[in-house]
Amino acid sequence: MAADSFINWGLLALEPPGWGGVLLHGLLNSIQIAIGGYAFGLLLGVGGAFGKLYGGPILRDLMECYTTIVRAVPELVLILLLYYAGTDALNQLLGLIGIGTVDISGLAAGIFVIGVVQGAYSTEVLRGAIKAVPAGQIEAARAYGMSPFKVMTRVTLPAMLPYAIPGLSNLWLIATKDTALLAVVGFSELTLVTRQAAGATKAYILFFCAAGALYLALTLVSNFFIKIIERHSRRGFVEQS
Amino acid sequence: MTDTTPPDVTTHAMAILPEDLPTAGSFFKPHRIVLLLIAAALVFCVAWFMRWDWLPQYLPRLGYGIIVTLAMLFSTSILGFLLAVPLGLVQVTGPWPLKALASGFCTIIRGTPLLLQLWLLYYGLGSVFPQFPAIRHSFLWPYLRESWPYGVAALTISFAAYEGEVMRGAFTGVPAGELEAARAYGMSRWTLFRRIWLPRAIHRALPTLNGETVLQLKATPLVATITVIDVYAVISKVRQDTYITYEPLLLLALIYMCLTGILVVAFRYLENRIPTRGA
Repeated sequence: MAADSFINWGLLALEPPGWGGVLLHGLLNSIQIAIGGYAFGLLLGVGGAFGKLYGGPILRDLMECYTTIVRAVPELVLILLLYYAGTDALNQLLGLIGIGTVDISGLAAGIFVIGVVQGAYSTEVLRGAIKAVPAGQIEAARAYGMSPFKVMTRVTLPAMLPYAIPGLSNLWLIATKDTALLAVVGFSELTLVTRQAAGATKAYILFFCAAGALYLALTLVSNFFIKIIERHSRRGFVEQS
Repeated sequence: MTDTTPPDVTTHAMAILPEDLPTAGSFFKPHRIVLLLIAAALVFCVAWFMRWDWLPQYLPRLGYGIIVTLAMLFSTSILGFLLAVPLGLVQVTGPWPLKALASGFCTIIRGTPLLLQLWLLYYGLGSVFPQFPAIRHSFLWPYLRESWPYGVAALTISFAAYEGEVMRGAFTGVPAGELEAARAYGMSRWTLFRRIWLPRAIHRALPTLNGETVLQLKATPLVATITVIDVYAVISKVRQDTYITYEPLLLLALIYMCLTGILVVAFRYLENRIPTRGA
């Protein structure tokens, strides 16, 4: 009985007296935000990398400011700033047009915030990867008379993938862990849900360890798929030791 | 600087490296002057039209907060690095149980969010400790009642795990010939480690160390969530007291940018002092 009272596994049950279902729902929220934020960040990153490499001097400087500021300011501060400023600015904009205010869902705001942060990092990753593509390949594509867009989709993006994937997979792992920071602005993702469950039951260690195990499982599963993708993208490359 | 990390090394993230800093001369181009003027106008608008009347009242507390943030940064970086050296070394040379233990530790810490680890230590251990009279009556209790030891512990562990992985790579990367030469000179294992292996490994890890330290600075505001009064907590207090949303946050972002800039410049100075050939 002593062991029973020390760890009460019933608290993790999926049905309402236990909190397991709540935790899983929080994990689902976290994954949703991570996927959304990562995709949005990747979009910003592709734009940013091409802007930095091929844009005019002003665009290049603006991109430099974006990546430098985002990388110099803590994510937590950025999240607070973008979370409040972003929703406020959108509402004011809509007010100016005359649509009136809207309630921005926490999910959309979270995706936006994580995406902006991820965008700066993926800009740098993609820029490095594009620079690693042998210039001759891009020149050859141009010589064939491909339009710049076609060069991008047919040559530059596929050829840079093997160089970009280690950095991009890093960013994915960071995105999954950055979602935890949204707990501070009160979005009910895994970490906040865990804290609520722990506070309600006083079983702090049990719940935090359970959440840690969920995050770790997410990381390990991601690692498994990253390995497969990496092997696929590097096919045809000479294996170096 | 090449951004392509080798496939098996999962680094924390790309932080700002000294190469990213502009040189003074590069500002005097026509379009940059225009951009700088626009930026100056923006800063002027922010300073003139937004509310800054709360600032003088909170200035001493802000200074105190910055000192706490810096103390957190340096203490955890140094402690974490001291922990990272054995972690990295054991993963390269250790017997397999130690090796597995060290790499398991790195995987677990790097696979879970720092915020969760921090809350696990503070709320979890913090709620368990008082149940044991032996701890309650020990000399440590006055410290364990505070919140900062938990913050220091969490940040140190996190830094050690990320840096341990870096040190593993650095230890493996030292050319075998140098170690053989040292052995041929008859150096004992300890002397070899102290004179050749560790300095060479640190030298190799130094650029990554800069980035990790900047990332550690960016992790420090998390301790404000467990009631440590650092600069982030002071700004949160300002926002609670005055109901002003943006101005304190903008100031906070500016403070962190300045701190990052100073760190990066300091590391660049440090790196230039270490003689390297060819590079």
